[in-house]
Amino acid sequence: MDDLTLQRRSPLSDLAERIRAGAVTGDRQVRLTELPFLTMISVRVDPGSPAAAAVEGALGAHLPRSCGQVTADGPHHVLWLGPDEWLVVSETAPSDLHGALTDAVGDAHAAVVDVSANRTLLELSGPSARCVLEKGCPVDLHPRAFEDGRAVMTTLARIPLLLWQTGPDTYRLLPRSSFAQYVACWLLDAMQEFGSDFLDGAAS
Amino acid sequence: MLQLSCPWCGPRDETEYHYGGQAHVPYPEDPSALTDEEWAEYLFFRDNTKGPFAERWAHSAGCRRWFNVVRDTRTYQVLAVYTNSDPRPAVRFGAEAGGPR
Repeated sequence: MDDLTLQRRSPLSDLAERIRAGAVTGDRQVRLTELPFLTMISVRVDPGSPAAAAVEGALGAHLPRSCGQVTADGPHHVLWLGPDEWLVVSETAPSDLHGALTDAVGDAHAAVVDVSANRTLLELSGPSARCVLEKGCPVDLHPRAFEDGRAVMTTLARIPLLLWQTGPDTYRLLPRSSFAQYVACWLLDAMQEFGSDFLDGAAS
Repeated sequence: MLQLSCPWCGPRDETEYHYGGQAHVPYPEDPSALTDEEWAEYLFFRDNTKGPFAERWAHSAGCRRWFNVVRDTRTYQVLAVYTNSDPRPAVRFGAEAGGPR
């Protein structure tokens, strides 16, 4: 069979050039990149059940038990979405991971669904990244309240998405694919002011 | 804007939530036995409390779970937040406090 992955297009492929050109350099640097085609598996299972333990065994990582927590093992990250719902974001092939988790839960009352095409992943990085997000995100992103390694479901520019901090100045945003272009355009617009020297010019 | 504390996610802005109306309105045991008037009462009639009011909220942009809130409709003060499996907390409700129904 032909390799269909050669024909796939990411939700932001049409904006690739604008996203590249939108990078802001200088002191107030901020850059947007798309990391498309990551494997995402939705897992729903009772956290106290043997099936949950089997999922943890197959992943090699615990299913996080509270909001904001992310656990990781090798290529897999497990993000908390709800008290009985998780998203596994991974760099392994979707069919392999989906197969492994489906085998792990067996006939138990649980759901393992390949949702890789549901969302795309945008990475916003640079010293101004937090300022950009704060223009449209109701969650407190100050380091006293939010930190590296936390992920929450929230909204940005009025649309729901998963916000995941992966470094001191790096955030991963996982909007639904159908919202991806809107989010990217909103972010590019919000980033623009940090490349402007208007303030410096006015001060002199 | 209200800030509600989701039992699972903690304090979040009202914009992340969806309002679900009055809480503790049980589905009739035997709907087919009701008269049209009783069925209409169940479907459409709700308390219009002035004071503490138990209502349902869904954290639709977060963990997508439903839970209950007791909110004072005069001051918008949130008096209690509890999950569907928690017992109804002991705060004075509008009807018991003599408020209009």
